[in-house]
Amino acid sequence: MSAITRDEVAHLARLSRLALREDELDQLAAQLDDIISAVAQVQEVAQGDIPPTSHALPLTNVYRPDEARPGLGPDAALAGAPAVQDQRFRVPQILGEED
Amino acid sequence: MASDDLIRLSAAELGAAIAAGETSSVDATRAYLDRIDAVEPDINAFLHVGRDSALEQARTADRRRADGEDLGPLAGVPIAHKDVFCTKDMPTTAASKILEGWQPPYDATVTARLRDAGLVILGKTNMDEFAMGSSTENSAYGATRNPWDTARVPGGSSGGSSAAVAAFEAPLATGTDTGGSIRQPAAVTGLVGAKPTYGGSSRYGVIAFASSLDTPGPFARTVLDAALLHEAFSGHDPRDSTSVDAPVPGVVEAARRADVQGLRVGVVKEFGGEGYQPGVTQRFQESVELLESLGAKVVEVSCPSFTSALAAYYLIAPSEASSNLARFDAMRYGLRVGDDGTRSAEEVMSLTRAKGFGPEVKRRIILGTYALSSGYYDAYYGSAQQVRTLIKRDFDAAFEHVDVLVSPTTPTTAFPIGERADDPMAMYLADLCTIPTNLAGNAALSVPCGLAPEDGLPVGLQIMAPALADDRTYRAGAAVEAALAERWGGPLLGTSAYAV
Repeated sequence: MSAITRDEVAHLARLSRLALREDELDQLAAQLDDIISAVAQVQEVAQGDIPPTSHALPLTNVYRPDEARPGLGPDAALAGAPAVQDQRFRVPQILGEED
Repeated sequence: MASDDLIRLSAAELGAAIAAGETSSVDATRAYLDRIDAVEPDINAFLHVGRDSALEQARTADRRRADGEDLGPLAGVPIAHKDVFCTKDMPTTAASKILEGWQPPYDATVTARLRDAGLVILGKTNMDEFAMGSSTENSAYGATRNPWDTARVPGGSSGGSSAAVAAFEAPLATGTDTGGSIRQPAAVTGLVGAKPTYGGSSRYGVIAFASSLDTPGPFARTVLDAALLHEAFSGHDPRDSTSVDAPVPGVVEAARRADVQGLRVGVVKEFGGEGYQPGVTQRFQESVELLESLGAKVVEVSCPSFTSALAAYYLIAPSEASSNLARFDAMRYGLRVGDDGTRSAEEVMSLTRAKGFGPEVKRRIILGTYALSSGYYDAYYGSAQQVRTLIKRDFDAAFEHVDVLVSPTTPTTAFPIGERADDPMAMYLADLCTIPTNLAGNAALSVPCGLAPEDGLPVGLQIMAPALADDRTYRAGAAVEAALAERWGGPLLGTSAYAV
């Protein structure tokens, strides 16, 4: 595989919503390259039509009865909020001025 | 009973002494809180100690006992929880700055069940941030030290829990094991640690790292204590959709039985040789001979895919983590940075995550995002999932011929603080032998099997069993423990620098 570039790491950081510093991008590009070349051996082992396993248990669509039960009250739900206004979570602007 | 006598007791003995009225939960809790005060400056196992709340819970346990309530064998016994378990009366941070000071509005199922059983919460233990690491050096709140040698790591990610129990700051502790985070710290601190069958212990209220692998489990000084704790928090939980709706394996009975007569034991051929410390290899081979002398039938078993488990894990776990940790978005709880009225939610999110997450967490988020990205998904994440199938097949084939598999728990004894901090791949190797069990979802336990002659540090024997056959690991572990205690003239921990 080709080496992972600094620009690729910057793109991944944007996708991950991580405002990384310049020195972090440099360091991660080098480390990621090492890690990816070490783990790339899975491609050699996983030849052919072996089915994937995403989960250890053969469970699908586990439901519980649809019964009402007490939830968190507003005070408990908002207790850890960074900012609260009128019994709601106050968040920074989501839409830009032009939207 | 004197303080030192109280904290020297096993959890089973302490529970029995409290039940018999020979001591009280308040006395035992006070003895442990005093011990924490005395050794924490050296060890740094705890992120939070709840002195007042612990004594309050101890008084309640004593009152429930006096009222004749039918309580379990661990009622009144203190415990420390890894800081990844939600506790409604204590901060829960996963050792991350992004959750500094956060107090959950509810308890994890494990926490709640142990409260109901009358256990007293001493505090919350240090860990690698979001359970990512093998040394506890990735904590945002400073490293924890190994009681056997304070210049060395206590393992990780549950290193605060291992150090606390090994330094006699708690008789019991909880941990979580995603790739070895209970078994490896137990091995390098001379403790018993178990990874239950996946789904055997509830993940509800446990801060998620890699959801298809995360498994809460016990730390203790003896196999029986680990079994009592395992049984106390296990069982089906409707709040965790991956919880197994099956009877809890009879781990306590198995720990009491402690015999391996006729047990078929397979030695995993792939785990040994180059890269393994000589003293680890020596103690492991001696344990295999011991099992044979106790009546087990030992054969060598080949599990060829296990050599690819580490690679598969370091694609699967970061992929799941990159998705799980998206919830830390600075909106509803936790840290928020840069919200000055000019920045958008997305900018605040990116600034907060960059400031709140440490280097290893960022590395895994980026790695997971890479492995899941379009164009790379099949090559990396997809291939890793295929390897996971091969590992399951290796286990299935092995368990057609043997009842348990054994290996060293980790290739080396505790390494010096700082030695692997700048080398992620060297750090990842600590989980080489423990990861296959997480990928396949079956049960495993680490039990102390001696000190490596070259450095005098503890070595762990790993015993693996099929899913829902956790009892076999306890049965074999207890047999090894009993035979070695007889050989050594007492428990291994009795020779530690922080022995009481």
